[in-house]
Amino acid sequence: MNTEVNLAGITLKNPVMTGSGTFGSGMEYGEFVDLNCLGAVVTKGVANVPWPGNPTPRVAEVYGGMLNAIGLQNPGIDVFMERDIPFLKQYDTKIIVNVCGKSVEDYLEVVDKLGEEPAVAMLEINVSCPNVKEGAIAFGQKADALYNITSQIKKHAKQPIIMKLSPNVTDITEMARAAEAAGADALSLINTITGMKIDIHRRKFALANKTGGMSGPAIKPIAVRMVYQTAQAVKIPIIGMGGIADAEDAIEFLLAGATAVSVGAMNFVNPYATVEVIKGIEDYMSKYNVEKLTDLIGAVRE
Amino acid sequence: MKEKSMACVLSQAELAPGIFDLWLQTGMAANAKPGQFIGVYPKNASTLLPRPISICEVNEDKTALRIVYRVAGAGTAEFSGLKEGDRVAILGTLGNGFPLEAGKGKKCFLMGGGIGVPPILQLSKELAAEKSIFLGYRDGALFLKEDFEKYGNVFVATEDGSNGTKGNVMDAIAASGLEADVIYACGPMPMLRAIKRYAQEKGIQAYISLEEHMACGVGACLGCVVKTKEVDHHSHVHNARICTDGPVFEAKEVEI
Ligand SMILES: Cc1cc2nc3c(=O)[nH]c(=O)nc-3n(C[C@H](O)[C@H](O)[C@H](O)COP(=O)(O)OP(=O)(O)OC[C@H]3O[C@@H](n4cnc5c(N)ncnc54)[C@H](O)[C@@H]3O)c2cc1C
Ligand SMILES: Cc1cc2nc3c(=O)[nH]c(=O)nc-3n(C[C@H](O)[C@H](O)[C@H](O)COP(=O)(O)O)c2cc1C
Ligand code: FES
Repeated sequence: MNTEVNLAGITLKNPVMTGSGTFGSGMEYGEFVDLNCLGAVVTKGVANVPWPGNPTPRVAEVYGGMLNAIGLQNPGIDVFMERDIPFLKQYDTKIIVNVCGKSVEDYLEVVDKLGEEPAVAMLEINVSCPNVKEGAIAFGQKADALYNITSQIKKHAKQPIIMKLSPNVTDITEMARAAEAAGADALSLINTITGMKIDIHRRKFALANKTGGMSGPAIKPIAVRMVYQTAQAVKIPIIGMGGIADAEDAIEFLLAGATAVSVGAMNFVNPYATVEVIKGIEDYMSKYNVEKLTDLIGAVRE
Repeated sequence: MKEKSMACVLSQAELAPGIFDLWLQTGMAANAKPGQFIGVYPKNASTLLPRPISICEVNEDKTALRIVYRVAGAGTAEFSGLKEGDRVAILGTLGNGFPLEAGKGKKCFLMGGGIGVPPILQLSKELAAEKSIFLGYRDGALFLKEDFEKYGNVFVATEDGSNGTKGNVMDAIAASGLEADVIYACGPMPMLRAIKRYAQEKGIQAYISLEEHMACGVGACLGCVVKTKEVDHHSHVHNARICTDGPVFEAKEVEI
């Protein structure tokens, strides 16, 4: 049985990775799972300088999922490269660094610095965080802005770039095509869906930021639909995510056209979720006599 | 080592209206420290996140944990229906716990307000010090008071004056005329702010246990931060994670 997948020239031992921002840089969940088992670890968004993030409360539970408005708190690229990359290098997994910024220049500074670190396999560019006021999502909601930032980053990047798309758009395929046309090597989707929760007893917003990004099992059907539509629209590989809790969910994304999948918020619910998904995919493959995992990718069509 | 595993319910009782006392058999008890907490998972798949609940007590042979909690919403309402022999998923042990060295051999105030009373119990068992225990309640529906009496002098404050000093734990301190070298406390934010001010005025150390909404409970999501005076070693900004760097902080280190 072969579970390898090829993501824009990078070979992953299996298609299971972690959703940015839900797994830190692997240290915390390294107590629960063997990081060597993962296809890749995708790190929390990192900017050119430290960001303090939003006030609390930053998280709220909603039916079948959660809202978050962390606001991309991060220690900045220099600390990240001195501390987090050396930690991850000890493991036999691919390192994918998620990059955020408030201006194109911010992104380029981070991309340039990461270019000097060969241990980083790929860059995931977050142009879709709904929780920071300036920049970020503005790049991810207009096709021409997305085209522009993607092509500029592509000129600087030493590693393949994954553009992480926002679901908070009218037509995801328009965004996907713009990123592909600008030279993106892969796409990941979906980021969180903007939501709101009101505490009726206190008559206050549940989050200090008022709105937050929704994730978890309740968003999965939306994510599967968007991955399917995007897979029809572009040739570059897709990393699918949104509510994956177990292998069955992950296989759904693969069949819809994703080459790899990320487990996000469900790590909070089940810290062993990533390795259980890997095991479950293998079980599925043996049950249905699937030789190569790649045979599952996009296998469901009209 | 942290883990998520199934615990077995040994017993459950209602201590006061809406306040439940649950004993769980779990391997986590072996290394549990006072001031640490566990995440308790509801079974209902619409309520996914673990509920942070403090460790109230560890049994003699360190095979079981006691938690005492107030029914506050869907998750805790579900837990209140657990019966002997039921199984429940828990995550733990989480957080740093109270520093026992700081108060060792000194005069200490151990202070709990409302649903902040439970974590003070295991602390009062383990802390080797001259202990004055101040417990604040809303009304006469006291809980855990007798459990504390074995471990130190107990002073009660009730908001309605039905038991002990009328007012809050700060009023009870004033009424007692006592002084301390070190304070340990858990309770609502106004109480913790008052303790922070009091400790500053007296020039003494105060260790306070904080609360925030959490998702992961293990330091990965950055959901549960508190503003810190200095740049935090992990975040490199003025934010520490309550679930891992806390929940116990020295009062002067945090902006509350
Ligand atoms: C470190 C720590 C220790 C705690 N120890 C205790 C304890 O010993 N006894 C006790 O009764 N309570 C304790 N709490 C508060 C307890 O976590 C909440 O009352 C509980 O999570 C409410 O869950 P629910 O589903 O009943 O309420 P809901 O309101 O339905 O919960 C919805 C969501 O909000 C979260 N939430 C709601 N209130 C709080 C709160 N006050 N703090 C953090 N998250 C909250 C829940 O975890 C859940 O994710 C502690 C909180 C923290 C952070
Ligand atoms: C607490 C939290 C923090 C997140 N931080 C980031 C981030 O820094 N960068 C990013 O691109 N996506 C971030 N995300 C989005 C996730 O990576 C993922 O796209 C989304 O949550 C959907 O997947 P899920 O339902 O499996 O969580 C975050 C999500 C959560 C819940
Ligand atoms: S709850 Fe996730 S970092 Fe504290």
